[in-house]
Amino acid sequence: MKDKNLDHSINIENIATLARIHLTNKEKVELPKSLDEILEYFDKLGKANVEGIEPSAHAFPLYDILREDEVDVPLDTKTALQNAPKQRNDQIIVPKIVE
Amino acid sequence: MDSRVFYKSALELEKLLDSGKLTSVELAKILIERTKSVENQLNAFISFDEEKTINEAMQSDGRRKAGKKLSNLDGIPVGIKDLIAEQGQPLTCGSKILQGYVSPYDATVIKRMRNVGCVLWGRLNMDEFAMGSSNENSYYGKVSNPWDVSRVPGGSSGGSAAAVASGETILALGSDTGGSIRQPASFCGIVGLKPSYGSVSRYGVVAFASSLDQVGPMGRSVGDVAALFHIISGHDGRDSSSYPIDKTNHTLESIANKTAKVIGIPSEYFGEGLDSGIRQAIENAIKFYEKAGHRIQKVSLATTEYTMAVYYVVAAAEASSNLARFDGIRYGYRSENVRDAIDIYYKTRGEGFGSEVKRRIMLGTYVLSNENFESHYLRAQKVRTLIRNDFMRVFEKVDMLITPVTPSTAFKIGEKSANPLQMYLSDIYTISANLAGLCALSLPCGLSHNGLPIGLHLIGKPFHEHEILSLGYEFEHAHDFKDMHPVI
Repeated sequence: MKDKNLDHSINIENIATLARIHLTNKEKVELPKSLDEILEYFDKLGKANVEGIEPSAHAFPLYDILREDEVDVPLDTKTALQNAPKQRNDQIIVPKIVE
Repeated sequence: MDSRVFYKSALELEKLLDSGKLTSVELAKILIERTKSVENQLNAFISFDEEKTINEAMQSDGRRKAGKKLSNLDGIPVGIKDLIAEQGQPLTCGSKILQGYVSPYDATVIKRMRNVGCVLWGRLNMDEFAMGSSNENSYYGKVSNPWDVSRVPGGSSGGSAAAVASGETILALGSDTGGSIRQPASFCGIVGLKPSYGSVSRYGVVAFASSLDQVGPMGRSVGDVAALFHIISGHDGRDSSSYPIDKTNHTLESIANKTAKVIGIPSEYFGEGLDSGIRQAIENAIKFYEKAGHRIQKVSLATTEYTMAVYYVVAAAEASSNLARFDGIRYGYRSENVRDAIDIYYKTRGEGFGSEVKRRIMLGTYVLSNENFESHYLRAQKVRTLIRNDFMRVFEKVDMLITPVTPSTAFKIGEKSANPLQMYLSDIYTISANLAGLCALSLPCGLSHNGLPIGLHLIGKPFHEHEILSLGYEFEHAHDFKDMHPVI
């Protein structure tokens, strides 16, 4: 199949599956264009000399952050479920996942 | 009473409230009326609850009458960017996926503002999930710049900036992941502070890129911004990245205390692409500081060319991970048109997210995928170390940096929306502060030839907010930019 999207560096269908996002046909055509331009811009990272450099996940990493183990009042079930799209008997309703 | 009470600073209003010439309820009503008269042009709010706001103001008046004022901001209305949880109020993040969501609890910053009597006034518009530099990406409509309604207010805290600039609110909270407080503050001619990473709690704030996000204050004067920062900052055990540091004093008295500083001017921030009017305004500000007795020193930040690429790799990666929680199961929008449980994820996210959010999730998923992780994500994290080292080296020689906030003044609505990369490049001067965890202030320093505000950018050492606030105040005090308001 001749698909012009195959020429791009990004496999849009595969990434959309990994991201669990349904894309419209229009998005499948338009997204790769902007993504490829952005990815091309990222190429400049290849120029930086990072030999022996440790990666930074945070500007000021903190480790072993603990707080006092104190009993606090939790949200009651009703409040915790108030934003659920569907609920019944204090439980969230989802489609059947086992046959 | 002056008909433009809505343009007074919080600290001026405090005096009026204390003297009994104005009540907090009257102030709240003035802002509600002002908002109703300009919202059709601005769209800065996503929602507001008049009754709740007036009720909070009434309680403040009661405290004042009883001589039990809680702080200098007791009774002062503060607008909230719509990604910070306020119990009982809607929270949308500017997204369809959170339409109808009501926060079950308060964010730490909200709790702290309640504790000192601030009146929580309205939920402010923003780019969806704080992704954008123009506030054109909100599901609840674009926001306009009060200085010229055909132009963008900047983003992502565009609603916060437009509301403060137009007198719809006295103060506002924004959030800044790559410039989202400072760029709109600059475009709308107000003051905005991006605190050091770890200064302000992120508990109850919807995460975009967790290693970069910071909530910060926006207002019409440095003193107001300092006062609100003083209230919201400080260690919080509920945020594991909250930095355990003693609270510094940020009252007006303490920041008005002048000391001579060494100010660095990084040459890389004054290169090609910078608007000549902005360059002139920044150079004038540098001359002002030199004349005032500060030492100006040229410096170089050689890693500047990488900041944009590092930012968009790191921010997109963290966003794709953070936004995985929006799956249509526990809260928010759920697509009706689904075949099975897995299909809920695909359809809910496909229908619930806007195009820019999808683009960033896709980008983040790509750079984190097995075959690209090392070449993109890990490499960007290493270059992030280089960027941070570069700043720390420069901060051995200077106390702070002066740069422009943005390469151009507010652009036209629609001008950059078709070209995401061009839009991303409008954050070129602000993102490094997020990557290196620095504090940074944007304050008005002039108007362009076509009457649009220009922002001055002061970048400080981590947890040295008092120094940039102090120098910001010194500049503001010697000029009359804070008294310039849009005609709306």
